[in-house]
Amino acid sequence: MTGFEPPMGLIVELTHRCPLQCPYCSNPLALERVGDELSTAEWQRVIDEAAKIGILQFHFTGGEPTARRDLPDLVRHASQAGLYTNIITSGVQLDDRMMEALVAAGIDHIQLSFQDVDPENADRIAGYRGAHAKKLAAAARIHAAGLPLTLNFVVHRQNIANVPRMIALAEGLGAARTEIAQVQYYGWGFKNRASLLPSQGELDATTATVEAARLRLKGQMVIDYVIPDYYARRPKSCMGGWARRFINISPAGKAMPCHAAETLPGFVFPSVRETSLAEIWQHDPAFLRFRGTDWMPEPCQSCDRREIDWGGCRCQAFALTGDAARTDPACELAPDHAVMAAAIAERGDAPADFIYRRYGNNDAPAPLKDAVS
Amino acid sequence: MSTPEQAVPRFRPGVKLRFDPVRKAWVVLAPERLFLPDEQAVEILKLVDGARNLGAIADDLAARFAAPREIIIADVGAILGDLAEKGAIAL
Ligand code: SF4
Ligand code: SF4
Repeated sequence: MTGFEPPMGLIVELTHRCPLQCPYCSNPLALERVGDELSTAEWQRVIDEAAKIGILQFHFTGGEPTARRDLPDLVRHASQAGLYTNIITSGVQLDDRMMEALVAAGIDHIQLSFQDVDPENADRIAGYRGAHAKKLAAAARIHAAGLPLTLNFVVHRQNIANVPRMIALAEGLGAARTEIAQVQYYGWGFKNRASLLPSQGELDATTATVEAARLRLKGQMVIDYVIPDYYARRPKSCMGGWARRFINISPAGKAMPCHAAETLPGFVFPSVRETSLAEIWQHDPAFLRFRGTDWMPEPCQSCDRREIDWGGCRCQAFALTGDAARTDPACELAPDHAVMAAAIAERGDAPADFIYRRYGNNDAPAPLKDAVS
Repeated sequence: MSTPEQAVPRFRPGVKLRFDPVRKAWVVLAPERLFLPDEQAVEILKLVDGARNLGAIADDLAARFAAPREIIIADVGAILGDLAEKGAIAL
């Protein structure tokens, strides 16, 4: 093994197609089209390259990964290459046939995302009638197949009061893991920030709920909890540091250190169609740009947390300051930290209507400032 | 933490111990997590098969390594107890 330490995980956005329209979707505003997607053979080659450079876990996501008919074939290929296979799905297309095919292919784990526990509100947030009922059926299928089940709840001001019921639902469905993950404000989430950002009080109550549940469920169910950066004192270690642990690949084969990196101007990300994963990981300028600590400005440069949080998130720094090379404003020590309080002040008393995630909904965007003021 | 010698540890569903040829190291792969166990933990985890109990695992290790059985059993309990809390092992 030479060069920089190998990456741990590959996050593969198989497609940007999805029947749902969550207003916080992590996909880019400019969704990629089906005609540009990598072929089965191209993905199989990427899987082989991933195994060779030391990738351990392979995360199939989207869009909706089950929208790709070849998903079971790709899972089988990854599994035979010795990779740990994980699918992140909305579950609305996870019928008996797909489930059987995935189990036969050797899938290791399925993460099922939920919009809420209240069916009506869940379907409203998803922009898809009947989604919640289909998810419950999918959860039962995963459990019956003997697979470990993770429930993922994306939490925001329009469902945060239901967190206690979310944990109860996860317990009832036999989940081994639950994620209570606050919306991350990039792309679609950033566009809808005023409609999604909870208040400090709502956040504190949720944190207390999660802490109590963790104690009670120790050894039975793991609860992962992500708070919104807007109320944090220090930034999170985004992706475990820029280009340190993960590679994210878009449906058309663009390789990036994280799914939101596409928002950064001045970057040309390499394509797995033209460049090998090994070459990308070791030498691509976009991957090297923020790897490590050399690029850091003060106060990060002389901070003892610089190899813990790696200066926070580059995409958030860009979204909030216009410069990706600044300290993440989520950090209290950052010169731009005041923008977090300003964003909280913009929430308003009642949430604005969602701008749903769909093809075409990004064509004539109102600038965010106009949309929230 | 003390776990009774009769307890039979097993990997929870979706958790795998695997040798990674690139890192030349054993890894524990779990849902959205992975652990890089140290040498001692690897020796213990290789004996976790859903049939052996803690006592049997300690006997096996005591026969191969020069350490008193009481110390080994305490280590086995602590290491597996830790992984149980992290959701990787069921005890
Ligand atoms: S966040 Fe919602 S819209 Fe986006 S891919 Fe997932 S289910 Fe589909
Ligand atoms: S100053 Fe930089 S390195 Fe230090 S805590 Fe803040 S973001 Fe992290």
